[in-house]
Amino acid sequence: MSAARTIRGRVVVAGVGETTYYKHGQAPEPETVLALRAILSACEDAGLEPREIDGFASYSNDRNDPSRLAAALGLPELRFSNMQWGGGGGGGSAAVGNAAAAIAAGYADCVVVFRALAQGQFQRFGAAPPAATVSGEAALTFPYGLISPAQRFAMRVMRFLHEHGIRADAQRAIALASYHHAQQNPRAVMYGRPLTADAYDASRFIVEPFRLFDCCLENDGAAALVLVSAERARDLRRPPAYVLGVAQGSEYRNAARGHNAPTYATASFTTVAPRLYAMAGMGPKDVAVVQSYENFTGGVLMSLVEHGFFAAEEANEFLTLDNLIAPGGRLPLNTSGGNLAECYMHGLELQIEAVRQVRGESPNQVPGARVAMVISGPMVTPVSSMILGTADVL
Amino acid sequence: MSAPAYLPVGLPRPVPEPDGLDAPYWEGARAGELRVQRCRRCRTWQWGPEWICHRCLAFDLEWTAVAPRGVIYSWERAWHPVHPALRGHGPYVVVLVELPHAGGVRMIGNLLGDPTAEVRIGTPVEAVFEPHEDAAPPFTLVQWRRSS
Repeated sequence: MSAARTIRGRVVVAGVGETTYYKHGQAPEPETVLALRAILSACEDAGLEPREIDGFASYSNDRNDPSRLAAALGLPELRFSNMQWGGGGGGGSAAVGNAAAAIAAGYADCVVVFRALAQGQFQRFGAAPPAATVSGEAALTFPYGLISPAQRFAMRVMRFLHEHGIRADAQRAIALASYHHAQQNPRAVMYGRPLTADAYDASRFIVEPFRLFDCCLENDGAAALVLVSAERARDLRRPPAYVLGVAQGSEYRNAARGHNAPTYATASFTTVAPRLYAMAGMGPKDVAVVQSYENFTGGVLMSLVEHGFFAAEEANEFLTLDNLIAPGGRLPLNTSGGNLAECYMHGLELQIEAVRQVRGESPNQVPGARVAMVISGPMVTPVSSMILGTADVL
Repeated sequence: MSAPAYLPVGLPRPVPEPDGLDAPYWEGARAGELRVQRCRRCRTWQWGPEWICHRCLAFDLEWTAVAPRGVIYSWERAWHPVHPALRGHGPYVVVLVELPHAGGVRMIGNLLGDPTAEVRIGTPVEAVFEPHEDAAPPFTLVQWRRSS
């Protein structure tokens, strides 16, 4: 007899940890130190002895190799070393899913999902890499000045706005919601720096349809989550956040070179989101709060449509600040401030905020939130998304 | 026909991939031809280039010159200079052009003309081959302008 092919309810996030979040280039310590501090912090939060860790999962080619971390931490044994392949920040939820799958399958018992970034010490994402020549995909785009992530994704968003009659300023409420929530979150890089609609409207274009405030930050720091089985979590001190579902992937030929994806104007979730809901056994109406990766606000807009929170044709009306903020909005969004205003920890700060919401510990708590969604990395491939919940939704 | 370069010199120069996959495309551009792949077995159009036909899985793709025209499928106007060569240059327009007569494949290029002019999805455009003779090695970009 085989077990049901799901991780629903079998694995929990037992603890979360993060360093201070710094402006780009301002981390006072090397990236590896940040990673180690976040991992130890997650263990402390969970009440787990760090030597219980026996696996690591990350994404976007994190520079901190699990074997080095295991040696540095003196782990008795490394049982699981996993890197989600491709998709940059789109791997954030997938990394949690990979860790959960390893625990459910018996490969490992205590797996850390982490991401560390000190971009001041390495190449920035938003600037052109220094290269005199390019080939392959880049040869089709860089010579035309289509180089940065913002430029790569503006093309998809512009098509989506066109197909559905969405005004570019529908993106504004997404930026305002992140900044609004960051004002209640002392950890946020943009704490104490509110954003008004007028300031948004007056901000310069980076690449149309994205204004400055539609674009994520680049920051330094580290974040970690520690996962164990539901059985193991019964002895731990914090309320467990149950993994109800995770899905990753992208549509048919999403990566066809030179912007030739047949299903072009998407955030890449049109096949992923239905699988997520199927595993979790729920639908959009069951989700109390959403953390949706903002590389660019237009990608959030598309992600929310593809996860069924509103139809594309409703975007102009749905996307108001009142609808997107805790505690009473119809769809509280990015309640820590997210990539735009808390910290660009490559999205992993979103998983941590989802855990806080189901624990009832968010600085912008949605009252009684039992189910929280995280959507990772719109418009890349592969993307991923996940649902966490409290024990009483199992 | 040719035209002066739309963007400043100094952006990364395109070179064919080491395995030669896209070399016929770049050779075509030098010759004033817009070439895309087509499967000899099932006649499916394919772009970007790949070694295998995505429809019938034959390793039998030919390079076909197609009429250098299309319609604007999407676009963007870039303002922030992400590369040192673009500093002080001002806005420029990048378009994604669909070729309905070649299976709907899409091409990236710049839209020549006033970069602040309104851009409309669906506008017919035609290719303008933009040679960079002084580059080492020389290459030719495929740019677009509104059809006359």
